[in-house]
Amino acid sequence: MNLEEIKSTLEAAIPGCSPQIVTNGSPSGQHSLLLDREHAFVAAMFLRDDPTLCLDYCSNVTGLDWLDTETSEKVKVTQLVDGVEKEVDEVRKTRTPGYLEAVYHLYSMQKKHGPLVVRLRTENRTDSVHLPSFTPIWRSAEFQEREVFDLFGIIFDGHPDLRRILMWDEFEDHPMRKDYVEPDDYEYEPTPHDAVLKKALEHRNRISTPDGQGA
Amino acid sequence: MSTSMEASTPAAHQGFADATMIDHESDLLQISLGPHHPSTHGVFRMDVVLDGERVVKLKPVFGYLHRNHEKIAESTTYLASIPYTDRLDYMCSLSNNWAYALSVEKLAGLQVPERAEYIRVIAAELTRLQNHASTIGFLMQEMGASGTPLMYAFREREKILDLFEALTGSRMMCNYMRFGGCRVDLPAGWLDQARKTVDEYPRFLDEFESLLASNEILLARTQGVGVLPPKLAIQGGVTGPILRASGVNYDIRKVDRYGIYERFDFKVPLGEHGDVYDRYMIRMLEMRESLKILDQALHQITPGPIIDPKAKIRGFRPKPGEAYGRIESPKGELGFYLISDGTPNPYRYRVRPPSLINLTVLEDMCLGSSLADTVVIFGTIDIVLGEVDR
Repeated sequence: MNLEEIKSTLEAAIPGCSPQIVTNGSPSGQHSLLLDREHAFVAAMFLRDDPTLCLDYCSNVTGLDWLDTETSEKVKVTQLVDGVEKEVDEVRKTRTPGYLEAVYHLYSMQKKHGPLVVRLRTENRTDSVHLPSFTPIWRSAEFQEREVFDLFGIIFDGHPDLRRILMWDEFEDHPMRKDYVEPDDYEYEPTPHDAVLKKALEHRNRISTPDGQGA
Repeated sequence: MSTSMEASTPAAHQGFADATMIDHESDLLQISLGPHHPSTHGVFRMDVVLDGERVVKLKPVFGYLHRNHEKIAESTTYLASIPYTDRLDYMCSLSNNWAYALSVEKLAGLQVPERAEYIRVIAAELTRLQNHASTIGFLMQEMGASGTPLMYAFREREKILDLFEALTGSRMMCNYMRFGGCRVDLPAGWLDQARKTVDEYPRFLDEFESLLASNEILLARTQGVGVLPPKLAIQGGVTGPILRASGVNYDIRKVDRYGIYERFDFKVPLGEHGDVYDRYMIRMLEMRESLKILDQALHQITPGPIIDPKAKIRGFRPKPGEAYGRIESPKGELGFYLISDGTPNPYRYRVRPPSLINLTVLEDMCLGSSLADTVVIFGTIDIVLGEVDR
């Protein structure tokens, strides 16, 4: 089944589902299917359970960060200058908001075909970064979605255990984002060491004074 | 592991407040196994909750070796990441090189000359031999056979590492493959040496098997332990020998037929029970199949160019687009997902680490078994932390 057929099957099977085909310019020819957020979970379930597709194996889950892009174009506008109509060049800037993307590579172990590349996009990169989690469908997404959450900051709704996986729990940013700036000093991050150091200091102060009350 | 039962005295208890918790009402004991426990194969930690000696909950904790390999690769050129891939799964640097080179070749549409394909197959299968041998050695070590089986395995591994050193200049960090081929041709006399090593290898396997396969302790510790049902294995994205030990016939060398694997006659061994014993046995059988492939490859290889003349080593800029390439590495499906935006650096560089994803089902395999069995079950997953944490 090629991508066009999968697209039309999905459209027929799930009312309201509107997948789009994202073409890929490289010689690999791995085009992908962009699912809308609302129907993504049902569509993914369909992809797994459909007897001809039977994509029972979710191999790879990863995140992508696409920054906001700004395109400027010159437009001729007529304006009144000193009472005379003139054509003036005006630069118009259009800002396309960026988004985060989750990419899933699906294979079928039973039918031995694949990959089907499925993409999901968030609304923007800042406040609306929710996507449906596919972990209830494919358990193999569990750690990988956690990793995407950790490094890209996509929040997967429905994930059973969405915590940081590679960075420590107190870490605040998402290092794989394209606009991530490294902290000047990692020691400023609140780490468990701070509490330990504080305790050690208190202890030292307490034993150094003769009355035992601390400095 | 710090199962300090004396921790109930107030002073001692405070010191272990996070690591050891004794719940007197339900008699559950939470312990932290690792990250510096000798059986965790590196800096890996498991938070285990025990009821007596039975595991009731197990959560792996990652990240102690995290260096954001992907970010580093995205801030440098395609070529500069090759030596870095060696450090992913440092037991199998040549397989990692191949997976990365394969993905870049898919991305840029490069062809690999025949001789280079043969060299790649030979290198990858030799890697599989030494990886599986040492995995079994480590597994025996964890069952209490301290030293001997591991040293037998390492003795054979040395011979293969010597071959790698002669070929690439390095024993473990090989940095050998390039986009569209390999870095250097085989040195004089290498093929003869490799044939000799391959011909001698079955003797080691026979010896190993006669020592282990019917060993009473091994059978008692492994049979029926850590059973992984095939459905769960597929669902959990498990790949490699563990998946095949559960009876699922999925070997990427057969499915994708990447490289020139369709030319070789070899079988895919499958397990029946999916327990620790099957996972051990699958690796023994896979080594024999690898020897078959090596035997064919070492006799079929012919002289020729080793790199695609179209492949540019410097100033390499693939056309914008993306590609996902994967190989059957000794640990499972190793994949690289690359996105090019036309610049010398990849826009996105993603490693699909088999070691990490195979750990997804660790808890399911360990629930209900004893803590000592957990160590053995964990040993059969065969992880390398350089790849888990990246």
